[in-house]
Amino acid sequence: MTTEILQPQRGAEPSSPEKVKKQRTSLTLLLLKARTFIALILLVIFFAFTTPYFLNPESLIIMAKHISINAILAIGMTFVIVAGGIDLSVGAVVGLCGMVAGLLIDRGLILPMFGVVVFFRIWMIVLIALIVGVLVGAVNGWVITRLRVAPFIATLGTMYAARGLALLSNNGATFPNLVGEPNIGNEGFPWIGGGMIIGIPVAIWLMIAAGLIAWFVTTRTPFGRHVYAIGGNERAARLSGIRVNRTTLFVYMISGFCAAVGGLIVASQLIASHPASGTSFELNAIAAAVLGGTSLSGGRGTIGGTLVGAFVIGVLADGMVMMGVSDFWQTVIKGVVIVLAVAIDQFQARLQTVAALQQERG
Amino acid sequence: MLDTSYSNPERTLITAGEISLNGDMILRAEHITKVFPGTLALDDVNFNTYRGKVNVLVGENGAGKSTLMKILAGVEQPTHGALILEGQPVKFHDALESSAHGIGIIYQELDLFPNLPIYENIFIAREVKQGLSVDKREEIRRTNDLLERLEHPMDPKTLVGDLRLGQQQIVAIAKALAQNVRILIMDEPTSALSQTEVTVLFRIINELKERGVSIIYISHKLEELLTIGDFLTVLRDGKVQAEARVSDVDLPWIIEKMVGRNLAALFTKQEHQIGSELLRVENLCFPRPGGGYYVDHVSCTLHTGEILGIYGLMGAGRTELFECLSGLHPEATGNIFLNKAKITSPEIEERIKKGMVLIPEDRQRVGLVPTLSVSSNMTLASLRKFTSRGVLSFKDELFEVVRMIKDLSIKVYNPQQSITALSGGNQQKVVVGKGLLTKPKVFIMDEPTRGIDVAAKSDMFQIMNDLAMQGFGVLFATSELKEILAMADRILVMSKGQITGEFKREDATEEALVTASAVGHGPIRTGGQA
Repeated sequence: MTTEILQPQRGAEPSSPEKVKKQRTSLTLLLLKARTFIALILLVIFFAFTTPYFLNPESLIIMAKHISINAILAIGMTFVIVAGGIDLSVGAVVGLCGMVAGLLIDRGLILPMFGVVVFFRIWMIVLIALIVGVLVGAVNGWVITRLRVAPFIATLGTMYAARGLALLSNNGATFPNLVGEPNIGNEGFPWIGGGMIIGIPVAIWLMIAAGLIAWFVTTRTPFGRHVYAIGGNERAARLSGIRVNRTTLFVYMISGFCAAVGGLIVASQLIASHPASGTSFELNAIAAAVLGGTSLSGGRGTIGGTLVGAFVIGVLADGMVMMGVSDFWQTVIKGVVIVLAVAIDQFQARLQTVAALQQERG
Repeated sequence: MLDTSYSNPERTLITAGEISLNGDMILRAEHITKVFPGTLALDDVNFNTYRGKVNVLVGENGAGKSTLMKILAGVEQPTHGALILEGQPVKFHDALESSAHGIGIIYQELDLFPNLPIYENIFIAREVKQGLSVDKREEIRRTNDLLERLEHPMDPKTLVGDLRLGQQQIVAIAKALAQNVRILIMDEPTSALSQTEVTVLFRIINELKERGVSIIYISHKLEELLTIGDFLTVLRDGKVQAEARVSDVDLPWIIEKMVGRNLAALFTKQEHQIGSELLRVENLCFPRPGGGYYVDHVSCTLHTGEILGIYGLMGAGRTELFECLSGLHPEATGNIFLNKAKITSPEIEERIKKGMVLIPEDRQRVGLVPTLSVSSNMTLASLRKFTSRGVLSFKDELFEVVRMIKDLSIKVYNPQQSITALSGGNQQKVVVGKGLLTKPKVFIMDEPTRGIDVAAKSDMFQIMNDLAMQGFGVLFATSELKEILAMADRILVMSKGQITGEFKREDATEEALVTASAVGHGPIRTGGQA
């Protein structure tokens, strides 16, 4: 498709040894681009040899389950970061949405003016928790686009507010034992975090679904293209007729939605909702997105990359636990890996130029 | 000085004896080759800089001027080749090294800090120190001296962001002078300057020459080069086409060397039929914060098949008028009728849908998303057309993009290539392509020829002509008299936000346009309109 608009070529046709060289440089480039993926494979191989049971289907599934929460959060975060923003509130939204679900299961909705307590079915509770997450995202988006507050500050504010609301909901206490009661008809909550569909946990299915939908939206819809355009050059996007404010608002709502899903999974896995759950999850989500090649200055990033990033963080964490590395060292290693990955990312740009140069000459 | 340098036979020995004119050379670039991913920017280029002269470098967009300049300034390193400074080979790893050798550069996109005052800009990274602290008073004093010398006294404590573009240019020159340059590279220094500011700049250049400073001067304004230049090097497709003394050549010769074809074919205007009213603007007002108007009760009409030119000086309100038409300023008041139907929505998206699209003046910064590909940039304003049931069709998109690349003859080897890999002129064409893909009825172009070369200008004119022949309306603004007289069917002149003149092409003269554009700029500053 591209041959007809080739620039006039200078120099002779490439002969066969040059072709080999070209292939070699393009292989280098491919390896560079897939470096996070390669790092993931190397990690898996490393832990497979050093840790017994690491490659057990069961431990793999448990690991994927752990990863799924961060992965779903990171998918929402990728939208935000690609659009040139940041969302610090997702961890607090995890806590808040878990508490909303816990409150509705444990106490129901108390309507004092009618003197009744309404208990909802689980699907309605899930829906309400998701709406709460989307609403927090909408507040973020509204404050950022209408009040012109920098995303960092706006979401820092909602982070505190959402965490505070989570604590208020039960005076700082946990809602334990969220199994529901058959006579009220609100049982089944633990299924989200503990249930299986064809032998694979529901949480993993949710991650796969979120990944597929997000991939589709980012690559195949005008909305996705608009997100990239806004992150790359907001003025140009505006002048191209993109409704920047509306798109940005949606982006933060997506992030809020993903955080709510994460919150439900966490609460459901524990069969309890704790107001402090989700603390610092936003940083893990940012780390996953950045590891996966998302640029914090906006405009660049892919869902696939983010998922790989989430897996690297997850495998590293669980692998070290299984190896018996101390908690404290785990934190240190995680920090080093994240900075190293971004440093390589910066280095890659230069290497890529060099590789392309060789290609040009070869 | 001029005579001695030519007649000194010893000094001419510095040249390698290839294509070089007799003269005292201070800096010579030898066999410079520069390869970028996807492009051979410079191909075995020899460039001579003569001492105390204005050495002009011309060429189309993408000819390699900017790259060569960056190599001379140490910003880029050549893939092959060497720099010979005063007969000694030198290697610059960065801009600081070249400036230590007395080479200064003033970029087209001024590298000033808008958030800092003038004096801090001038001494940035070269602060005058007193012990550990910056000697502010000394910096301010020297800044005053420099600005005095440039005949543009300004308060050194003014923030650069508060200055007009022309004043910023003066600051950039002052910054270079503060470093005691021997060689000063100027990239399109006049593109943002008014006529009087250009005169001042030329006087400064002559003064610098007298003090033995060698100038490397890059510009698209060819007439200007003939006035100010001493030596001339023409680049085309990364190769040196010719080197000559400016006194030996004329405009057609330069253009022929630059473009490889004759000028006559470049500015031809085909006849097009002017029809009924397409766009009517009534009482358009865009208030300026703090009183007054950017656009002051402007009314005008545009007909089908008409090319309407708007002439005016910088700050006359042309850009703001266009921005109001495109929907960028929802707070603007007044009525806009397209095909006699009133446009009510202030949204840019709606106006693009209805057929009004703006090609902004600063195409690279306002028109493009640097992180996206050529293809994605081009379809950004018309994605709707490639979407069915909410899903993008890559096939349809690619088809239209490839067609547009061919129509506009954009040099690109793959539509998925990053937009930043294209040369400036080709990037501009992508922005135009983006506008055309929205299928506009009214095509609004702000300074469509600013900063582009002769051939690309001719392409722009061709596009405008084609649109007019198809019965669309073209609205364009320029500060180039010759262009507006050549292209427009009708000319409106703006000054201080108001329309101060309307001319049919037959009746328009340069004098009349200039007079109308100066209305309200009289020597007596009353603050009001004339």
